[in-house]
Amino acid sequence: MRGYAGKFLEIDLSSRNVKDTIFSDSVLGDYVGGRGLAAKVLWDRLGRKWETVDPLGPENILLVFTGPFTGYFPGTKVCVSGKSPQSNGVIGSTVAGEFGIDLKCAGYDGVIITGKAEKPCYIFICDSQVEIKDASPIWGKKARETLRFLVSKSMDDIRDIRPSHGEAKEPSVLYIGPAGENKTRVAAVVSKYAHGAGYGGYGGVMGAKNLKAIVAKGFGPVPDVFDQGRVLDLAKRFSESNFENEGFRRWGTGGGGYYFGAETSSEPIRNWQNEWHDMESYKREEFDKYWVKKNWGDFGCPTTCLKLAVLKAGRFKGAICDNPDYELEAYLGTNLGIFTPEENIYLSYVSNELGLCGIQGGAALGFAAELYEKGMLTKQDLDGIDLEWGDVEAFTALAEKIAFRKGIGNVLAEGVYRAAQKLGETKDADLLKYVVHEKGVAIGAHGVRSGEDYISENIAYACSVQGGDHTSSASLPFDRGGELSSIMADSAIYCIFAAFGIEDDEKIDFYNAITGWKLTEREWYEEKAPRILHLQRAMLLLGGPDVRWKPKLDDDNPPRFWEPLPSGPYKGKTLDRREFEEARSEYFEAAGWNENGVPKPEKLRKLGLEDVEAKLRDAALIE
Amino acid sequence: MSQDERVWIERNYRNCSGCRRCEIVCALYHEGKIWPEASRIRVFMIVPGVEIPHLCFQCEDYPCVEVCPTGALSVNSQTGAVNVDASKCTACTLCIQACPGNVPHLHPEGNYIVICDLCDGKPKCVEACQEGRWNTLMLAPRERGVSHKALAKTPQELTWEVAKEILGEETAKEVMDR
Repeated sequence: MRGYAGKFLEIDLSSRNVKDTIFSDSVLGDYVGGRGLAAKVLWDRLGRKWETVDPLGPENILLVFTGPFTGYFPGTKVCVSGKSPQSNGVIGSTVAGEFGIDLKCAGYDGVIITGKAEKPCYIFICDSQVEIKDASPIWGKKARETLRFLVSKSMDDIRDIRPSHGEAKEPSVLYIGPAGENKTRVAAVVSKYAHGAGYGGYGGVMGAKNLKAIVAKGFGPVPDVFDQGRVLDLAKRFSESNFENEGFRRWGTGGGGYYFGAETSSEPIRNWQNEWHDMESYKREEFDKYWVKKNWGDFGCPTTCLKLAVLKAGRFKGAICDNPDYELEAYLGTNLGIFTPEENIYLSYVSNELGLCGIQGGAALGFAAELYEKGMLTKQDLDGIDLEWGDVEAFTALAEKIAFRKGIGNVLAEGVYRAAQKLGETKDADLLKYVVHEKGVAIGAHGVRSGEDYISENIAYACSVQGGDHTSSASLPFDRGGELSSIMADSAIYCIFAAFGIEDDEKIDFYNAITGWKLTEREWYEEKAPRILHLQRAMLLLGGPDVRWKPKLDDDNPPRFWEPLPSGPYKGKTLDRREFEEARSEYFEAAGWNENGVPKPEKLRKLGLEDVEAKLRDAALIE
Repeated sequence: MSQDERVWIERNYRNCSGCRRCEIVCALYHEGKIWPEASRIRVFMIVPGVEIPHLCFQCEDYPCVEVCPTGALSVNSQTGAVNVDASKCTACTLCIQACPGNVPHLHPEGNYIVICDLCDGKPKCVEACQEGRWNTLMLAPRERGVSHKALAKTPQELTWEVAKEILGEETAKEVMDR
């Protein structure tokens, strides 16, 4: 099978053992790479004892996988996975950057990390030379300092390995900040500045392994493909299609901070108490003033939708961030009552420096602020922080506490769902009604109450195997688009922002031209993608050890999504319970799940997942 | 192509998006593969956001050609680019030391130097950059009496210069190890 380097790097941090792991063509053919292969590896290795595996314990496995599209589909991401400390299932969390390219050029399709290092370390990969190095100089350090050290040190190390090469390009780095080191459940795995694999909480998984970073440098070529001419022709067409997307290239998702509030009433505002705003100060042209680069992208990207924002003056001088993109504009802006680009850029920078996921960390900040507004958290509870909406310095102080698990931050570091449970016990109150999460994952900044967002289905999050992940939302009909498409994006791995105007059949063509396989659309949507989805569904339902979701009961929208929108053009709109239940039943049925959302034995057998059936029986999910 | 029609690749570093499509087309043209470290143009990103496309500056006095002990390097009489005869190159690396910008580097798998050859006057990297309208690489006439050598700098030097410009000196000091 072409398009693969042919081996995966496996490192056990406990024993410091390093080896190559090879997957058969049939496994790669069925599970592709990225998210799909991650689900397979996690199931095979941890499935039998899934409920007992602590996501933040040494038995969890951290996976960083490329896909066969890596290097060829315009734009590049890698997929980070493992047992999620948020959903307790499996989330395929992608992040942009050149890491996947360097890894492939070094001869690996992915990295499998098991165990836990005795002391803080980072993994250094230069082609076949792999070392576990001491991270004590950077443990406790924030993003900038971490990256500066690792790039500089690694360039020296690469020079030592290839002394006569001349100047070699810097390696690629995936790293964590203090939020990851302190094993919070709201930490991202970070690339560059503000590029994060946030969903899933894998920054905390790295921290739990005492792993600060993975550095990769590859001197070789990207692996050969089956039909290079066809691959390059299709890639050219894909690029041209993206070049035509003028608006998106110009503004990226950074236009969303105003648009999704003012136009579609689907932006979280003050912890989702509202989804509408009309703050002119938040228009895209106001952000544009801070952009020192109007196009910023990663390897091969035709869209380059990111922008580089820098604050060169004023009280927040020195802050650097991407755009910020829409999710950051919302979760570190409007959701906290912040409506100025400058403050939003600053807080996004703070969040990145700490290694927090902008969405999960931002959700925790907003949740705390609403409790403070309602008098359910006091200034004393917050260690003296006056957590008023819009107070960027107060939110900065609280973000620090979360990342370092200090005071109230220690509870909020558990993520909104667990924090609500823990604080609810202390306060003897139901705080879950203030939490907008799905299966422990704070929901992306696209509300479904107005029905006007591009994510508009009432089951979008409720039925997703990745919970609140807005890049993997469920939709009807089940067998087209929806999560089955997201599984393609996260497994073959392409960026959805570099895939405008590209049809499904072209992606399948592209896959076949790369691998030499003869995949059909039907096979993908009826067999391969559902198989991956079922593995994820099974592990999500098994959960544990601290959380186990109830099928159907927990396949629901958060309480706030059932409240009517309080103002704006869609005032009064909310979800309809009966419509939702009908859609959910239809989705369960079409997916091959019973009326409670548990995969049916006959469906599992049809997909060749007899061992999943057996496990679900053991766990009493199937009677 | 006469001497007067010779081209020079002008670079506006501040515009570089970091898309690296120049690296992709260069390696495909010269190597038939996507191969970042074998590309004759390489985008250095010592500081994220400060991407530096680095390739031959075409010094007027060609110090690399001058220093080459085996005659592996020569000046293309048509384009003015430095041509490498891989069969004569012994990978002594004297050319790297002679280059004011540390531009030449060894082919990752062969024991010879690679240097931008301007794709015989129609550089693929410039086409790729123009196609995406990033305007980082542009084709300019090679003017007489202008010193391109004066622009030749190492990736580190260029990163520092551009970082100061776009981030401000104070911030640049924070993000870059010099």
